[in-house]
Amino acid sequence: MKTIFDAKGKREGKVLPALDVPQQGLEKLIPHSLRRSRKPRIPALSEPELVRHYTRLSKLNYGVDDGLYPLGSCTMKYNPKVNEDLAQLPAFADAHPLADERLVQGSLALLHEASRYLCNIAGLSDITLQPAAGAHGELTGMFLFNRYFRERGESKRKRMLLPDSAHGTNPASATTSGFSITQIPSGEDGMVDLVALRETLDETVAGIMLTVPNTLGIFEERILEITQMVHTAGGLCYFDGANLNAFLGQARPGDMGADAFHFNLHKTLSAPHGGGGPGSGPVAVSQCLVDFLPVPRITKDENGYHLDRNFPRSIGCMHSFYGNFGVILKAYAYILLLGDDGLHAVSDNAVLNANYLQERLKKTYHLPYDRLCKHEFVLSGEKLGQGITTFDIAKRLIDYGFYPPTVYFPLIVREALMIEPTECEGKETLDRFIGVMEKIALEAKENPELLRAAPQHAPVQRLDQTRAARHPILTYPFDELPE
Amino acid sequence: MRYIANTEADRRAMLDAVGVSSLEELFNDIPRQVRDRYQPIGLPERSELETVCKVHKLAPLNAAWEQYTSFLGGGVYDHYIPRVVPYVTSRSEFSTAYTPYQPEMSQGTLTAMFEFQTLLCELTGMDVANSSMYDGATALAEAVFMAERIAKTDKVAVCRSLYPHYRQVLDTYCQATGIEVVEVPYDHIGRYNADSLPTKISALVVQSPNTFGIIEEMNGLKERLGAALLIVAVNPISLGLIAPPGKAGADIVVGEGQPLGLSPSFGGPFLGLFACRKQYLRSMPGRIIGRTVDAQGEIAYTMTSQTREQHIRRGRATSNICTNSTLCALAAAVYLAGLGAHGLQELALLNLEKAHYLAERIGSLPGYSLAFSGPFFNEFVISVPGDPQSVCRRLARDKILVNNPSSLSELGVKQALSFAVTEQRTKEELDSLVNALRDIT
Repeated sequence: MKTIFDAKGKREGKVLPALDVPQQGLEKLIPHSLRRSRKPRIPALSEPELVRHYTRLSKLNYGVDDGLYPLGSCTMKYNPKVNEDLAQLPAFADAHPLADERLVQGSLALLHEASRYLCNIAGLSDITLQPAAGAHGELTGMFLFNRYFRERGESKRKRMLLPDSAHGTNPASATTSGFSITQIPSGEDGMVDLVALRETLDETVAGIMLTVPNTLGIFEERILEITQMVHTAGGLCYFDGANLNAFLGQARPGDMGADAFHFNLHKTLSAPHGGGGPGSGPVAVSQCLVDFLPVPRITKDENGYHLDRNFPRSIGCMHSFYGNFGVILKAYAYILLLGDDGLHAVSDNAVLNANYLQERLKKTYHLPYDRLCKHEFVLSGEKLGQGITTFDIAKRLIDYGFYPPTVYFPLIVREALMIEPTECEGKETLDRFIGVMEKIALEAKENPELLRAAPQHAPVQRLDQTRAARHPILTYPFDELPE
Repeated sequence: MRYIANTEADRRAMLDAVGVSSLEELFNDIPRQVRDRYQPIGLPERSELETVCKVHKLAPLNAAWEQYTSFLGGGVYDHYIPRVVPYVTSRSEFSTAYTPYQPEMSQGTLTAMFEFQTLLCELTGMDVANSSMYDGATALAEAVFMAERIAKTDKVAVCRSLYPHYRQVLDTYCQATGIEVVEVPYDHIGRYNADSLPTKISALVVQSPNTFGIIEEMNGLKERLGAALLIVAVNPISLGLIAPPGKAGADIVVGEGQPLGLSPSFGGPFLGLFACRKQYLRSMPGRIIGRTVDAQGEIAYTMTSQTREQHIRRGRATSNICTNSTLCALAAAVYLAGLGAHGLQELALLNLEKAHYLAERIGSLPGYSLAFSGPFFNEFVISVPGDPQSVCRRLARDKILVNNPSSLSELGVKQALSFAVTEQRTKEELDSLVNALRDIT
């Protein structure tokens, strides 16, 4: 695969404006010892070369605009184009974060209003927009929990409970914040085992991190019992909002007993994910955590909006500035576009699509937890026979032009295929996907080599991951001789 | 709702296939009392036009930036962004993709991130880089966590001349995790005071150019640190001219990537830069893209070293980071490849020359002088006669934006203002600022 470093051309021509002040010279301005002695090896591509290179690269990629992207727990929904334009409005895009607050009243008004909408959707008291991603929201939540217990003189509460179906970021966020992890097994119904939960609850428990619905796509039917049990034991409840699309506009984490809940604006609220980010992970909290929220907080009085730092019990700052404003703006516009009815329609259609797919696909694939699902569900690829794995199924899907589902997660399902269609896909697309999945199951029996050799119709074939790990080449090998 | 493709007939057919009679029935697993408590926001569905109008109404509450001249800095700079940068990042194959879990369908993002890592290593003089963190401040906090894991000491030393917003985030992270932060003071040159380096630390954090704009002298520093790591925070544009931290022995380099083709956007999304020495690869946070081959021996790219990461290692991961700033890293790569090494050097030089022209003009005004004598890049601190806040307000009346002096004051630099200058500031604008300052006194 060619990179910019393989470009042979040398660009000429004027890129920068001429110096319009008297020149003093580098020699005078920066002592020799502080200067660079060797130029970095950064190629200079002409603009046509540059555009062609990245256009070619873009064609090796697959985005939501290319088709179905049923990546479980990632909510790959359509990203409305108007939001991109709005984020580029010069009034917003050119606002410097250190400009006087009187000059950024529009940006602050937007953040303030977005906060109000998000608090409402979460059913919680207040919010911080600072976290730049879901995991960053989790970390913020854990810092808040930490502070809460420290202020109450309960520093011995150091155990965080996590269902065995939790996203990997949950345990990582908890341990980063100094908590130890106690794993709670799922019962046969795919939900938190209440007996196991009750047994582990004591005065060392700080709280529980739940994904609702869980990563099997199953809503914890006993959610109120769970949160009540944790609260009674003196703990707090963190809700991972990756799966909010399942009940958006119909139910609220605050009404389920959440003390902290993070949004993934780049999932549920339609901001594009950019091939890995940027995201935005605002954290809404219940009353008991409000005082600890990061500063500055955006407040409003008769003089307008303020970046208020005067909250002495705050944990501090989680972001250079106020969070990923450009992403928050897109989520804000999305809420405006949809309104309450639209938000409700999102979860209606997301859940209907998932159940329809589940119902049709369980005839061909093993469905370990056979019950109504929410916005996603988990199949197992293990019973196709011929030694075919989920990995093979995923790669074969690529040949048929679909992005594969999330694979090998959650860990509690062997050979997991976690499928989330989102509300944006129509029945026609879902039927086509079902047809392909059925065909792959048939191929697995009749011609398994097709699966093992897949993908054949992608820009590259299967990659040698072992080689990538054992002999890491992490930068362009400038000194490598051409083969 | 216009982002939904299903028709009423589709829904009917699908409900029948599922075997339920209504959409509502699909939600029976959510406790009745939870659903009953639901309170709508009170928002109607809006057309695209109505939405655009509503958002456009907020825009004029911000200043009309095109009428202002900005000398704001603090890590976020008003550099010109060539149109080709947003053109490339707006290609939906890049912007609407997820993290490249399936490399066969993500070679575009993966190749670009491999290029980005290479560019960052070239700039910083480091061996390996990840494909981004959230922003400069969080990249630094993660670097300090990494140093603590490596050096197994829960005390870190930080130069006081660090950006206040970096410091605040670092303090928050460290306070929550029990890492002690000790300060290294600055001297009259504006540099860290090399005589007062603490011992038994996991790392020393130096920023260069620092919050005063001063380029730090780091020769021999690494040797004095013993087992402690040297973490350097950088401005990537300055590295077109300044010696890369790798040369001074830095172990980890972090920085804010916003100057590389990203709009200020009221503070985000930005780009956390993160690079380190090869020996620390296994301790590094974040996504790393590596080169390998496919089944036919063709070069291809993939996420690698994933055993460090949360989705594999869970509670024992090097970081909890998952989503990062990939699209911003793409912007940075396009920006740099459009400039080339020579262009970057020229750009840095333009910033340097213009900043020094302005500094000297202001410094020649009665009562004004450079607060520090050290060499600076594109931002500098000036001691002003009288109250800096009132100078600031007077300049604002002339539609000139300068950094709020309170952050300098909190660092012990009283009666001073700082100014950042980029290639976008014309001589005329620089002279206008000088004239305005003259009029104030």
